Amino acid sequence: MSAPILAVEGLTIGLPAGGDRANAVEDVSLAVRPGEIVCVVGESGSGKSMTAAAVMGLLPKGLPVRAGRVLFEGKDLLRLAPEAFRALRGARIGMVFQEPMTALNPLMRVGDQIAEAFRVHGERGDIRSRVLALLEDVRLPDPPSIVDAYPFRLSGGQRQRVMIAMALALGPSVLIADEPTTALDVTTQMQILRLIRNLQERRGTGVLFITHDFGVVAEIADRVAVMQHGRVVEQGEAGRVLNAPGHPYTRALIAAVPHGRARPAEVLSPEPVLEVRNLGKSFRRGGGLFRRGSPVLAVSDASFALAKGETLGVVGESGSGKSTLARCVVRLIEPERGEIAFHGTDLRPLGRAAMRPFRARIQMVFQDPYASLNPRRRVGDIIAEGPITHGMPRAEAVARARELLSLVQLDPGAMDRFPHEFSGGQRQRIGIARALALEPELLIADEPVSALDVSVQAQILDLLDGIRRRLRLTMLFITHDLRVAAQVCDRIAVMQRGRIVEMGETARVFGAPEHPYTRELLDAIPGKAWTPPLQAA
Amino acid sequence: MTFWRRFARNLGAMAGLAILVLVALMAVLAPVIYPFSPWEMRGIPFMPPGEGGFLLGSDSLGRDVAAGIAHGALVSFLVGGVSTVAALVLGVTLGAVAGYGGGWVDDAIMRFTEFFQTIPSFVLAVVLVAIFTPSITSIVVAIAVVSWPPVTRVVRAEFLSLRSREFVQAAEVLGRGRIAIMVTEILPNALSPIIVLASLMVATAILLESSLSFLGLGDPNLMSWGFMIGSGRSVIRIAWWMSVFPGIAIFLTVLALNLVGEGLNDALNPRLAGRRGALPT
Repeated sequence: MSAPILAVEGLTIGLPAGGDRANAVEDVSLAVRPGEIVCVVGESGSGKSMTAAAVMGLLPKGLPVRAGRVLFEGKDLLRLAPEAFRALRGARIGMVFQEPMTALNPLMRVGDQIAEAFRVHGERGDIRSRVLALLEDVRLPDPPSIVDAYPFRLSGGQRQRVMIAMALALGPSVLIADEPTTALDVTTQMQILRLIRNLQERRGTGVLFITHDFGVVAEIADRVAVMQHGRVVEQGEAGRVLNAPGHPYTRALIAAVPHGRARPAEVLSPEPVLEVRNLGKSFRRGGGLFRRGSPVLAVSDASFALAKGETLGVVGESGSGKSTLARCVVRLIEPERGEIAFHGTDLRPLGRAAMRPFRARIQMVFQDPYASLNPRRRVGDIIAEGPITHGMPRAEAVARARELLSLVQLDPGAMDRFPHEFSGGQRQRIGIARALALEPELLIADEPVSALDVSVQAQILDLLDGIRRRLRLTMLFITHDLRVAAQVCDRIAVMQRGRIVEMGETARVFGAPEHPYTRELLDAIPGKAWTPPLQAA
Repeated sequence: MTFWRRFARNLGAMAGLAILVLVALMAVLAPVIYPFSPWEMRGIPFMPPGEGGFLLGSDSLGRDVAAGIAHGALVSFLVGGVSTVAALVLGVTLGAVAGYGGGWVDDAIMRFTEFFQTIPSFVLAVVLVAIFTPSITSIVVAIAVVSWPPVTRVVRAEFLSLRSREFVQAAEVLGRGRIAIMVTEILPNALSPIIVLASLMVATAILLESSLSFLGLGDPNLMSWGFMIGSGRSVIRIAWWMSVFPGIAIFLTVLALNLVGEGLNDALNPRLAGRRGALPT
C-alpha cells in the first residue's frame, strides 16, 4: 500500500466557550492515499465539514486548533506560513464546495474564472486552450461557447462541473469535496459522482469526500470514516463498513437509511377522497407594466385520484412541479385550469369563506421545520390555533394540543416553550401535531423529511406511518428521494417538467418502469447496488 | 433578559438613553423648578449666562432662557411622540395591507405612497401648518402626514417577505382569517425594524417641529426650542446664548434618539450586529 499523500493526525479544534461541547473536532485521524476516495460521513454537527475546512486552512476565526497535524507531502499545513500555504492551495490541493449556485463569481466569465486559477499560480502560455481542454475533461457541452458564458447561464450541475474544472486545473494531488452533490438533483448528482470517480481514476488524485448520504458513500467510496460528535467512531474499507458495521452508531445510522424496498400496497376502499382532473398552473416570468412576461408551465394537465387510506407519492426533481401541485390542492396557489374534487366538491372555484370548512379536512406538513413554525409564538398556541379558529373553546383546544404532543412523542412541557428551543426533528413533530389538530382526512406532506438528518428522518417516517394507520389518513406525499417514496407510498406518480409521466403501484413502478425518465431516475439513486443490511440497530 | 443585556452592552445606546431620561426629567420637573410661564418677563433683557439670576441668560424681553428650555422639552416630546404614533398607525396599516394583499391593492397603495414621497416633506409640512393655522394639533398632524411613507415602505417589504414563509402558509392552510394572520403571525415578526424606525422618527419629528417654530409657524401659546432659536437669530452677535443653548438641547436630544435607535437595531438584529466567526453547519 502506498504512503498517504494527505494525513490528518490527532486533529483537535476547539469551540468557543459556551458551545454544546468543548471541541468541534476531537482527535481525528484520517489518511488519503493517491488514487483513493475517502468518504467522511456523519450527521449535521458531527464536525465533518470542520475537518475539511481545517485541511484547507479555511477555519472560521475564533476556532483554535488545539492539537494535531495535517501532513501534506511531508509538510504540516497547520504550521505553514500563509504565503507557503497559498502556493499549495489551488495548485496542489483542490477544493469543491457544496453550493454551486454561489461558489462562482456571477460577474466573471466562466473561462476567466478557470484561467484565474492558472494565473494566480504563475502559469503562463496558452491558458485558453488549457481551459478548453479542462472543460472538455469535465464533459461540459460545447466548451468554446461555455468559456465565454456567464455563470447565470449554466445549470447547477454545469456550475459544479466548472467548479471541478477549477479545482483540477493545476493537477492537484488531493481534491477535497465538501458535499459537492447535496444541492443537486439525483440525476445530476449521479453524473457528477461518475465524473469525480472517472477523473480521479485517470489522474490518480486522492479525494477527501465529505457527505451525509450513505447512498453516495456506497457509490464512490474506497474507504469510509464515520464521524459522530466530532470524533471518528469507525474507519475502514467501504465494503466492510457498509455491510458489516462494527460501531453501534454506524449500525444505527445504516439502519436508518431508507431501504427503498417497496411496501406492499394495501387493499383500498374504492371511495375516492380526492380526484384531481387536468390541473394546470403557469407562472409568468419577467414582464412589467406594459409587457406580459413569458409563461412557464409549472403543472400541466395533472390528473390523479386518491382512495381513502391510500398514500400517493409524487416524485420528481426540482422544478418538476411537485410542490406546486401540492400547494394547488390546499389552495395556497390558485390553479388556472382543471378540477380539484374533494369528496365530489370542486374546490377550485371556492372563495376564502367557502373554502373554510374544507380547510379543517385537508392539512399540510411543510418541508422546512425551521421556517414553518412562527418563532414568536409558543408551541401550545401554535398547535391549538387551528381548532380555535374553527370554533373549539380555548380550554378544550389546549387539552387537545397536550394530547397531540404525546401522540407525536413530545413532552407536554413543550407547550409553553418557543420553537427555537427544539431541534429540527422535534420541530417537525410539532408541525405534524399542528396539522393533526384539526383531525384532517387528507394530509399533504411536502418533503417532510428532506431537511432532516438520516436518523431523525427514519423516526419521523415511522411516526407518520403509525399515525396514518391509526387515524386512517389519506396522504399525498411529495418527495425527491425515491428510497423514501418506495418505503412510504402505495402508489407513485413521477413528475417531469410539470407533467405526470408515469403513475402506478410502487412495486410496479420500481420493478418495471415504463417511462424512460422513470428509468433514468431509478438508475440515478446513489448506491443502488448496495442494500443496507437488515439488522437490529 | 437577553435583549436588555445586548442593548446594555452598547455604550453609545446607554449614553443616549441616559440623555433621554435627563431630558424627560427636565420636561416633567419644569413646572416645579420654574413655577412660572416661560413667556413671563423675569428681569433685565440680554443678561449673559450666570448674571442677574439667569442660569443660561435672558432674552431680548427679559425672559429666562433656562426656563424656556425646560418647558420646551415637554413640547418637543409631545410633538415627537404623538406625531410618531399617528404616522406609525397610518404607515403600518397601509404597509401591512399592501404587503399582504399584493396585486392591484399593493400597486394602488404604493403609488399613493410615492405621491407623498415626491413632495419635499418640509415644504408640505409648512403648507399644511400654514393652511390649518399654527397650533400644536396642526403641527402634529402635518408632521405625521409627511413622515408615514417610509414606514409603509419598510412594513410592506417585511410583509412581502414574511407572507411567503411557511409558517404563514401553515396559518393559511389552517383557515385563519386575513386580519388574524396579519396581526398575530406576521406583525410580531416584523416588529424590530418598526421599533428602530420609530425611534429615529421621533428625532426627525422634533427637528421638524423646531424648524417650523424657527420659521414662526409654531404654536403661539407654547414655548419651543425652535421658536427660541428663531427669536434669537437676529441678535446672535450680541446674545449668542439665546440661540446656542436651545440648539444644544435639540442637538443632544436628537443625537440621543439616534444612538438609542442604533442600539435597538443592534439588539433586535443580533445577527447583523457584526458578530463574526459564525460556525459553519
